[in-house]
Amino acid sequence: MAGHVPLSYGSRKTVKKAAEEPLFIRVFLTVVAFIFLFLFLVLPLAAIFIKAFEQGIHVYLAAITEPDALAAIKLTLLVVLLTVPVNALFGIAAAWAITKFDFKGKSLLTTIIDLPFAVSPVIAGLVFVLLFSTHGLFGDLLFANDIKIIFAIPGIVIATLFVTLPFVARELIPLMQSQGSSEEEASLTLGAGGWKTFWLVTLPNIKWGLLYGIILCNARTVGEFGAVSVVSGHIRGLTNTMPLHIEILYNEYQFSAAFAVASLMSILAIVTLIFKNMIEWKANQHG
Amino acid sequence: MKSRFKKHSILPGFGLSLGFTMLYLSLLVLLPLSMIFVNTASMSWSDFWSTVTEPRVVASYKLSFGAAFVAASINMVFGVLIAWVLVRYSFPGKRLIDGLVDLPFALPTAVAGIALTTLYAKTGWVGQFLSFKVAFTPLGVTVALTFIGLPFVVRMVQPVLQNFDKETEEASAILGANRRQTFIRVIIPEILPAALTGFSLAFARALGEYGSVVFIAGNMPMKTEITPLLIMTKLEQYDYAGATAIAAVMLIISFIMLLFINGMQWWMNRKFAHY
Amino acid sequence: MKNKQVLSKFLISMATTAVILAGCGNSKAGNESEENESEENAASSSKESVELLNVSYDPTRELYEEFNKEFAAHWKKETGQNVTIQQSHGGSGKQGRAVIDGLEADVVTLALAGDIDEVAKAGLTAEDWQTRLDDNSTPYTSTIVFLVRKGNPKHIKDWGDLAKKGVSVITPNPKTSGGARWNYLAAWAYGDKKFSGDEKKIKTFVGDIYKNVEVLDSGARGATTTFVERGIGDVLIAWENEAFLSLNELGKDQFEIVVPSISILAEPPVAVVDKVAKKKGTEKVAEAYLEYLYSKKGQEIAAENYYRPRDKEVLAKYADQFPKINLVTIDDDFGGWKTAQEKHFNDGGTFDEIYQPK
Repeated sequence: MAGHVPLSYGSRKTVKKAAEEPLFIRVFLTVVAFIFLFLFLVLPLAAIFIKAFEQGIHVYLAAITEPDALAAIKLTLLVVLLTVPVNALFGIAAAWAITKFDFKGKSLLTTIIDLPFAVSPVIAGLVFVLLFSTHGLFGDLLFANDIKIIFAIPGIVIATLFVTLPFVARELIPLMQSQGSSEEEASLTLGAGGWKTFWLVTLPNIKWGLLYGIILCNARTVGEFGAVSVVSGHIRGLTNTMPLHIEILYNEYQFSAAFAVASLMSILAIVTLIFKNMIEWKANQHG
Repeated sequence: MKSRFKKHSILPGFGLSLGFTMLYLSLLVLLPLSMIFVNTASMSWSDFWSTVTEPRVVASYKLSFGAAFVAASINMVFGVLIAWVLVRYSFPGKRLIDGLVDLPFALPTAVAGIALTTLYAKTGWVGQFLSFKVAFTPLGVTVALTFIGLPFVVRMVQPVLQNFDKETEEASAILGANRRQTFIRVIIPEILPAALTGFSLAFARALGEYGSVVFIAGNMPMKTEITPLLIMTKLEQYDYAGATAIAAVMLIISFIMLLFINGMQWWMNRKFAHY
Repeated sequence: MKNKQVLSKFLISMATTAVILAGCGNSKAGNESEENESEENAASSSKESVELLNVSYDPTRELYEEFNKEFAAHWKKETGQNVTIQQSHGGSGKQGRAVIDGLEADVVTLALAGDIDEVAKAGLTAEDWQTRLDDNSTPYTSTIVFLVRKGNPKHIKDWGDLAKKGVSVITPNPKTSGGARWNYLAAWAYGDKKFSGDEKKIKTFVGDIYKNVEVLDSGARGATTTFVERGIGDVLIAWENEAFLSLNELGKDQFEIVVPSISILAEPPVAVVDKVAKKKGTEKVAEAYLEYLYSKKGQEIAAENYYRPRDKEVLAKYADQFPKINLVTIDDDFGGWKTAQEKHFNDGGTFDEIYQPK
């Protein structure tokens, strides 16, 4: 997972020449890195926006204000609202258990937390079909009680929960590990209760890492395609998230509209990244 | 009893936090994933074996592994390079570039797939200048996987380079090593574990990727069909047993990959404990 | 200050969690009340509004978008009831699977009988569903034609030209796309006539066509996009309605339709999903919905969307639009879907042999 990387802008003048590359190598390396990033990042991004505006601003605005698009946007936001807090809560609990205590099977537990990251999204969708479909483990129970999970919003939420599960925990575990528990111990020794210690000591210490994890989790929630595609049912205006809506538009030959919604998602991604950078910067400042 | 399971700590909340963690993981991860094995268990061993070793499936493993490996390798080389440039050199727009590196992570994979296909198809912006085909070939699959795996190596190597003791490099230079020797003997060993971890993360992610690849792959049996697509194909043919059998194979591979990654990180932490 | 902010954020997230829990409870309650309502409806059938879910395959989006509006107006006039029809589109096999897995479709309108057979096999509808409506439960048909680039630079006239070296063909994967199975069978039918039933030669011939396939998309729409947008391939094997649609939507000046000497009568059937309709209390409206497809208005809409109507009068009216083709049928020439599916498309069938010779 993407690490927590504060950039340092310290003066480099003190560094001895011997430990630096000659200018032409520096320029060469920078240029190569630029070309690579240009081909793989800038061009695709540019393609999305140019394609989106190909038929003019009217088509663009129409595409993102059309009822089905709005429904997709709303559903996506709803899914974010439901999954991110739950996974944040899980991340805190898991990190607390793993970093503050020593117990057997800890490394296995960490591996299991990582598992959703390495599992193919297709499989992630499939397992919930196996659980909740009419032939699944809970199929009869659900059908009898008329509870819809798969091909309805709960299914999308659950699949997204699965896919985005590791992110907050993954950010917090190394952070809390490096911080140790001496501050909490001091607080407890001084007579503060468990919750109070958590609120007043631990949480302020981990807040930037927590926010960072939440942002990663959020980004992935918005963009998840494979797993959601398996469990959604693709009912227009009801169970289509933004990525699925893009696929539909694309399949209806409405290429500009598809790219318009895609550009909206790219803007969302960029805003997320800016937010992330701000947090890194803040975290850096506060040490 | 309890004391044998965990060492004593004065901190509270062990039961609550671990209990919640275990419950959540069991319900959301272990139970669902175990369904794959439950469903596969209904197949006989020979059925299972013939399904997962069918030539078309084997061809898809080769493509998925091959393309994921090449993509992760490209990312390892360029990831280290980008991390190096970002940490060591200063140039205008550095912060912007640094932020942009995470784009593949935040961009929906389907959007990435469509955008890349637009670029690298024969009539695409980039494709028309190339004398060879990119989209709809294994090369196209590799391009998509390179895109989605890009952030991992950069983000793993960056902090290591940042914390890297410049004095070590200087010492090496003072002791008479030239820049190349210093790089090979001093710097590479330092960043190698991080680069390898990033590599395996990118590899694990690329192995399971679906959304971006299906648009650019062309999906020809035996040639450009990735394993996750085969699982989908089996599902669409109402062949649940076949789909879960292939899924089981992928799942086991993912788990092994993760154990490897975690082992690597544990080793790194131990080695670089002084940071 | 800062701590307080983070605290409040955390509190908000906790509150949201609580809301979710409450929401789960609510949604359950909501479902229950819906159920009660639908029971009432089944009893009195005087509910003010009703919802239908039509699970269909890829290239029927435009058709049903238009038809749904028309039917809603018709139903309102007949019964005073408001009906909203939701659409779900995707590959035929995928959609059939979703219905089997619990996507609560009142009606299915899929690309081939085989997929609805699977739905019936799962106990969701009667095994004899295909006899319940006229014309094999297929209110409209289509056939398989070629879409080529303007001026037909590769001189593609018939199926034989597709097997020639240097011709690049685009068609979706018959394994994942129901529609593409008709493409495959149409090619097979041509080979069958040409080699008068010599199976070995037919296999080689069909194999030669598929060896010319450059991109094997997973769905019909994907294949069209590849051909039209990406500019890949010399010829797209497509449903007639898809070919017309691409021609009209994407540029008459860029493409031409070529009609082969022989093709297949593609029958995309429709059926009510009994079990779901019964549960939701929508049997009546679902049946009326499908029957309305056979009405003059329904047939006109089908024809306007380039599907061949069953109604003779409507067909006559649109005769210019649909060229006469020598058509084979699945029942007469392939022994029905079940046989065709087993022989050609199941694992180890003739299609697999192209890529993995025995």
